[in-house]
Amino acid sequence: MGKKKLTPYLLIAPYIIHFGLFVAFPVVFSLVLVFHRWNIISPMEYVGPGNFIRLLGDTFFWQSVLNTLYFILIHVPLQLLIAISFALILNLPLRMLGVFRAIYFLPVVVSGVVVTILWQQLFGYENGILNRLLTYLTLPRIGWLTDPDIAMPSIAIMATWKNVGLYIILFLTGLQTVPVQLYESADLEGATAWQKFRHITIPMINPTILLVLVLSTIGGFSLFIEPYVMTGGGPLSRTLSSVLYIYKQGFFFYHMGYAATMGVTLTAIILVVVIIQKKYVERNT
Amino acid sequence: MNLKRLSGIKKTAAYIFLFIGAAAFVYPFIWMLMASLAPEKDIASFALWPTSIGLGSYVQVFEKIPVLRAFLNSMIVSLTVTFFVVVFSSMTGFALTHYEFKGRDAVFYIIIFTMSLPFQLTLIPQYILMVKLGWTDSYLALTVPYFISGLGIIIFRQYFKTIPRDLFDAARIDGCSDLKILFSILLPNAKPAIITVAILTFMGVWNDVLWPIIVIRNENLMTLPQLITLFAVGGKAESQLGVKLASAVLLAVPVVVAYSFFQKYFITSMASSGMKE
Repeated sequence: MGKKKLTPYLLIAPYIIHFGLFVAFPVVFSLVLVFHRWNIISPMEYVGPGNFIRLLGDTFFWQSVLNTLYFILIHVPLQLLIAISFALILNLPLRMLGVFRAIYFLPVVVSGVVVTILWQQLFGYENGILNRLLTYLTLPRIGWLTDPDIAMPSIAIMATWKNVGLYIILFLTGLQTVPVQLYESADLEGATAWQKFRHITIPMINPTILLVLVLSTIGGFSLFIEPYVMTGGGPLSRTLSSVLYIYKQGFFFYHMGYAATMGVTLTAIILVVVIIQKKYVERNT
Repeated sequence: MNLKRLSGIKKTAAYIFLFIGAAAFVYPFIWMLMASLAPEKDIASFALWPTSIGLGSYVQVFEKIPVLRAFLNSMIVSLTVTFFVVVFSSMTGFALTHYEFKGRDAVFYIIIFTMSLPFQLTLIPQYILMVKLGWTDSYLALTVPYFISGLGIIIFRQYFKTIPRDLFDAARIDGCSDLKILFSILLPNAKPAIITVAILTFMGVWNDVLWPIIVIRNENLMTLPQLITLFAVGGKAESQLGVKLASAVLLAVPVVVAYSFFQKYFITSMASSGMKE
């Protein structure tokens, strides 16, 4: 009998050990790190709230937070809009829908590095496809990655292209749960297409909207590889994302305490943003 | 809405929209492939078809960086992690569904809590842990921290819930040990869950760049995306577009091939990564 009681604990033992070593310890340790200055090699030096004071005055950090929020502000609505539009059409009784779905999903499975290297060429100033198209239409060229005001929106467009396929599928799944009877009774009352969309579809797929909102926001806060490869954070630090800045502080300068402080602060910011989103979506439906 | 017939005009409009979308997703990939095959002087100017085609850029990539070695590293790392995630997730998911034990709910809440922790919080201390364990520049750093997946546990837990208890009880009466029940009776019946967890894990590890860049500095241990990233960012590509794009194609090909064979599994699996709620 004693042996039977032990079995579940043996089964979860790998999880518990892993949790202790790779989750609990790092979380607790990061709370120690924020009060220290440390480059891993020399002994830790206690600095009290020094890291937070430094953080408050670090314009690069706040710039990186603003850059990341700016990215999210463009990327998330764009993603929602495009994903819903494609999902609505893919939900119509048409042919070859499976093929289209598979094509839209392609960039989702491909590594972000591939997409970034590819779009770096598409965004090229002199000979990039996008600027050649603009020139062909006799429009002025755009400094997609070189104009400080445009570089981040460009990255947001690319990220949308990369990820939107996943969100199309999520919305499609959501749309298929809406009972057809709701539309039929709305038809009987003479509702327009827009009214049906606004008063039936939107409320019914509300959980999906929230999910997509939260997932793509958290994804936005993880922005790293795109600016790392494309711009290195420039021009004028306007594409310096928070994770890229943490990376630079941690792994270029070995400011472990300070980088951990930024990680903790960023976590708090993410939490606040996600809670606000949840409240907002729940209230508006 | 679904049942109603669409008018011809609406139908045409819908198809045009879908085709434009498809072109926007496919054309860049085709251009990349053609550019990687084109002579360097051509790349800047062609839109669809270069004047001539050759493998010169690929030869250069293979000469400059250890692509095959990196591919092998990526395979070793991704397969190892996938194997352990499936084993450990199924064990934990099994314990959470078929046993009553003290602390079961606590474990479940810990799993949910852990899943909602952003990686930005643990990135630095996890790196320090790797340094202190002496795991940097080894496969250990690339694999062991990924052996547990909260989402994997949740997926197996959901799936095991649908397997009738009778199957489990009958096996027990026959004298099977609990581990044997899990690995020889439940798991073979849990293919959909295994496929989902395996694809999600494999793709996540295969495509990850940030963690490898941090813990691996030795070129011979680098994963393929890491190697290609550093190749593109560092000076080794010598601003030769064709070579850069060829390296990107090499990175994309294994995934695209796998995707074209198992497309349905990829889509359903990756879409289920959104079922955290």
